[in-house]
Amino acid sequence: MTTEPFARLSDDDLATCVHCGLCLDACPTFRQTGLETESPRGRIYLMTQWKRGQLPFTEDQARHIDLCLGCRTCEAVCPSGVPYGRIIEAGRSEVEQMRRPSPKRWLARTALRQLLAKPRRLRTFGAMTKAAQSVGLTSIARSGRQLPKLRARFQPPAGGIAPAIGPRKHRVAFLVGCVMPILYPQSHEAAVKLLQLAGCEVWFPRAERCCGALLAHNGDLEGAERLREANMEVYRDSNFEALIVDSAGCGAHLKDFYPELTGRVKDLSEWLVEIGLPAPERDVKMRVTYQDACHLAHAQRIRKQPRDLIRALPGIELIEMRHPEICCGAAGLYSTLEPAMSARILEEKLDDVESTHADVIATANPGCQMQLESGLRSRGSTMRVEHISELVIRAFLH
Amino acid sequence: MALEHAVLEDLRRVVGREHVIEASNDLRIFERDASIEGAAPDAVVLPATTAEVSAVIKIASKNRIPVVPRGAGTGLSGGAVTIHGGIALQVTRMRKILEIDPVAQTALVEPGVVNQELSLVAASHRLFYAPDPSSQKACTIGGNAAENSGGPHCLYYGVTTNHVLGMEVVLADGSVQWVAGDAPDRIGLDLCGVLVGSEGTLCAITKIKVRLLSTPPSVATLLAAFSSIDAASQAVSAVIGRGIVPAALEMMDKVTVGAVEAHYHAGYPTDAGAVLLVEVDGIPESTRELMAAVRNVLAENQGYAMREAQSPSERDLLWAGRKGAIGALGRIKPNYYLHDGVVPRSRLPQILSAVGEIGVHYRLPVANVFHAGDGNLHPNILFDLRDRDVLPQVESAGEEMLRAVVELGGALSGEHGIGLEKNAFMPWVFSADDLDAMRRVKDALDAHGIMNPGKIFPDPQRKAPHLAGRTGLAIEAKWW
Ligand SMILES: Cc1cc2nc3c(=O)[nH]c(=O)nc-3n(C[C@H](O)[C@H](O)[C@H](O)COP(=O)(O)OP(=O)(O)OC[C@H]3O[C@@H](n4cnc5c(N)ncnc54)[C@H](O)[C@@H]3O)c2cc1C
Ligand code: SF4
Ligand code: SF4
Repeated sequence: MTTEPFARLSDDDLATCVHCGLCLDACPTFRQTGLETESPRGRIYLMTQWKRGQLPFTEDQARHIDLCLGCRTCEAVCPSGVPYGRIIEAGRSEVEQMRRPSPKRWLARTALRQLLAKPRRLRTFGAMTKAAQSVGLTSIARSGRQLPKLRARFQPPAGGIAPAIGPRKHRVAFLVGCVMPILYPQSHEAAVKLLQLAGCEVWFPRAERCCGALLAHNGDLEGAERLREANMEVYRDSNFEALIVDSAGCGAHLKDFYPELTGRVKDLSEWLVEIGLPAPERDVKMRVTYQDACHLAHAQRIRKQPRDLIRALPGIELIEMRHPEICCGAAGLYSTLEPAMSARILEEKLDDVESTHADVIATANPGCQMQLESGLRSRGSTMRVEHISELVIRAFLH
Repeated sequence: MALEHAVLEDLRRVVGREHVIEASNDLRIFERDASIEGAAPDAVVLPATTAEVSAVIKIASKNRIPVVPRGAGTGLSGGAVTIHGGIALQVTRMRKILEIDPVAQTALVEPGVVNQELSLVAASHRLFYAPDPSSQKACTIGGNAAENSGGPHCLYYGVTTNHVLGMEVVLADGSVQWVAGDAPDRIGLDLCGVLVGSEGTLCAITKIKVRLLSTPPSVATLLAAFSSIDAASQAVSAVIGRGIVPAALEMMDKVTVGAVEAHYHAGYPTDAGAVLLVEVDGIPESTRELMAAVRNVLAENQGYAMREAQSPSERDLLWAGRKGAIGALGRIKPNYYLHDGVVPRSRLPQILSAVGEIGVHYRLPVANVFHAGDGNLHPNILFDLRDRDVLPQVESAGEEMLRAVVELGGALSGEHGIGLEKNAFMPWVFSADDLDAMRRVKDALDAHGIMNPGKIFPDPQRKAPHLAGRTGLAIEAKWW
C-alpha cells in the first residue's frame, strides 16, 4: 500500500492527453450534461492536477470520477492513445483511499465482494435488496428489480468437458464466471453449443473463480489481484488454445490484467469468426439490431466480428441504430450507484433502439442485457434482448 | 474574481441552479481549449434556450461582466479561454437539430450541435454539411460559425461562411436578432458575413441556418507517397497549376504519418517522406476522368505507391487517420503548438523548407499536416511542457514560422482564428487604419466591450495566461 498521494496514477499516462477534445462527444456523460467536468478530457485534466498537486482532493470533485461510466468510448476514439481504462481504474482506487467512507458505497462494495466470493448468494440478492430498501437505499433495491427471472443455474457437463461435435479441431477453456451462470445460463448454454459445433472440445476448469473485473472497475485493485493469482494457479499449467469468454467485461479484464494469457483470451464472437462456424441449418427470420457492449467495442476493439456473425444468419435483417457504440448506462455497478445519470443515458439509448423497430437487440454482456431489458420492460416494449450466442444458435438444429 | 452573490443568484434564476458552475476547483477544469493557453472563468453558465442566453447576457451587460461563448472547446487559438475572467457561456446543452428541409436543402440547428452529428442525420436524406473541420466529431456548428472554420473538403466546397444562410444571434445588450435568412444570396448589408468569424467578440450565436448539399454520386480517394515534403509540395503546385480543383488535397509528413499509423492502421506508408491524400467527387464519369488526370500529374512529379481506396470503409479509414492526425501527435510529445498561416500555393516549397529550418534551429520536432490545396499550413511544434525552459523556445519558433509566412505574402490564420494566440501579431498584416475600422464595428455592436474581451484585437491590458493551465512545474509564462 502506498502513502504518496495518487501514486497509482502514472504521470506519463496522463501526459499522453494533448487536450484536443476529440473525445468529448463520444462520452455519454458529456452528451447528457454538456459539461467539461463530465468529459474524458476534463476528468483527465482533474486527475492530472491532483497528481501534480495543483488541485486539492475534494469529495465534490471526486463526483466527476464517480460519474464516469468506465465505458472507455473515449479511449477508442482518442487518436493520441490515452490509456483511459488504466487511468480511470488507478484514479478510482486512489479516490476510494482518499474519500470519507459513504454507507451507500460501502454497502454496494461489500455486497459485491460477498457475491463474488460465493456467487450462489446472488440467489439471495432479492432478500438483500429488501434489506437495502428498508434502510432507504432505493437505488440498490431498484437494481434488485432489474434482475431477470432466474432460471436453473448453468451447470458444466459432468467431467468438466464438452466434446466437439464432429472431429475435434481445437481445445479451449471456457470462463464460466460469476454472474453469467446465474443470470443468463441460456447464453452460456448457447455459447458452448456453438463452440462444440465449430469443432472445439470445451474444458471447464473446476477451481476457476471470478476474473476480478467488477472489483477492478470499482477501485478494488487489490481484491482483483487476489483473484488473478488464484485463477492463474488454475490456468498456468493447463493445455488449451484459447480461453473463451462470452461476457465482454470479463474478456476486457482478462486481456488487460492477465499478461500470462496474452493472445489466448478470446471473446466468443472473435473466436468463432477466427475458426469459422459450420453452415447454418435454418433461417432466422428476424429484424435485429446490435448494441455494442462497451467492453467489447472499446476495450477490446471488437465491433466487426459480432456483426459478421449476425449477417451470416440466413433470413436475418440487421438494422443499425444511431450510435450503437454509445453506452447504455449499465456499466457494472454504475446503474446502482448512479441511478439518475444511468437512467438519462438509458432513455436516449432506448429511443435509438426503438426507432429501429427490431424484434431483438443482440448484445454481448450481461450488464447491458439487464439494463436494456429493464428499460424496455418499463416502457412496455415487446422488443427482446438476446446474447449474441442465443441469436446465432437459432440457425442450428440442436 | 468571484462573481457577486446577487449576480450568481440572478444567473441561477435564469438557467437553474445545476447549470451554473461557480466552485473554484471546478472552474479550473474549464480554463483551457485545445490550444495551450489557459485562464479560468468566474462562472460557467449553461443556457438551454435563446431566451436564457439573452437573459444571461443582460445580467452580464448590466454588471459589465465579460461573456465568453464556448462550444466544445476544440479551438486552437485560445478563443474560448476566459483571459479576463467572467462568464463562460457554454452552449453545449443547446444541441437540437430543429429542422431539416430536404427540398430546400437546408438545416436549422442550435449552436451546440456537433458538426458530424448534422452530417450523420442529413445522410438519411442523401445530404451532407460540407465544411468538415478535422475536429468534426466534437466541434460545434456554433464554434464553426464563430471561427469561420474550414476543413479538408473546403478546398472545393468553400469554408463555413459559404454555407451559413442566416443566424439568430444575441448581441451584447441581450437583444435577439436574425441576420440574413432564407434567400440564397445575402441581400442588403451583409451582417451575417460580419458575424461569421467574429470569434464570439460581437455576439452569441443561438441558431444557425445552413445549406446542405447532395451527397455526390461517386467519390474517389487517392493516397500517394513522395520521397520528401519538397517533392510533395511541387506536386501540389503542379495539380493546382493544371487547373484541377480536387474536393480535398491534404499533406502529411513522415513524422505525422508515423503517429497516425500507430493508432489507425490505415495503411499510410510510414517510410515515405510525405504523403498526399487527394479526393475528387461528382458523377462517376467525371470522377474517373479527374482522378486519372490527378494520377498523371502526381506521377510526373515523382509520386509513387499510389493507392486508391477500394471501398467506403477504406476511404473512411484514410480520412479518420488524416482527421485524427493532430491528436495522434500526442504519441510523440504530450504538447503541440501550431499556427495555421496561409501562403500562396506557389510558395509552399519555400515556406515548408523555412519551417523545417526553424525546427532544426530550435532543436524542436515539427510535424506538418495540412490543407495543402489551400496553402494552409499546420506546422505542429512538438514538446513536453514538463521540460523546463522549452516554452520560450517553442514560442520563438512559432513566432518565426508565422513571420516567415507573412514575409512570403501570406496570412496569419487560415481557419483557426486569431483568438488569444495571434492578436499581438495583427499589426504585422493590418495597418493602424485597418485595425481602427474593425475596432469601430466592435464598438458599435458592443459598447462596453463585454463580449469575449482580449481576443482578435491587440490587447493593451493583456494578462499573462496561465500557460497550459499550470503544468505543475511553475513555468513562468512570458508570451509577448
Ligand atoms: C484536432 C483538431 C483539428 C482541428 N481541425 C480543424 C480544421 O480542419 N479546420 C478548422 O477550421 N479548425 C480546426 N480545428 C479548430 C477547431 O476545432 C475549430 O475552430 C472549431 O470550429 C471550434 O469549435 P468549438 O465548438 O470547439 O468552439 P470553441 O473552441 O468552444 O470556441 C471557439 C471560438 O468560437 C466562439 N464561440 C463558440 N460558440 C459560439 C457561439 N455559439 N456563439 C458565438 N461564439 C461562439 C468562442 O468564443 C471561441 O472564440 C481543429 C481543432 C482540433 C483540436
Ligand atoms: S483523451 Fe485523447 S481525444 Fe480526449 S482530449 Fe485527450 S488526447 Fe484528445
Ligand atoms: S469512460 Fe466513458 S464515461 Fe468515462 S470519460 Fe470515457 S467516455 Fe466518458
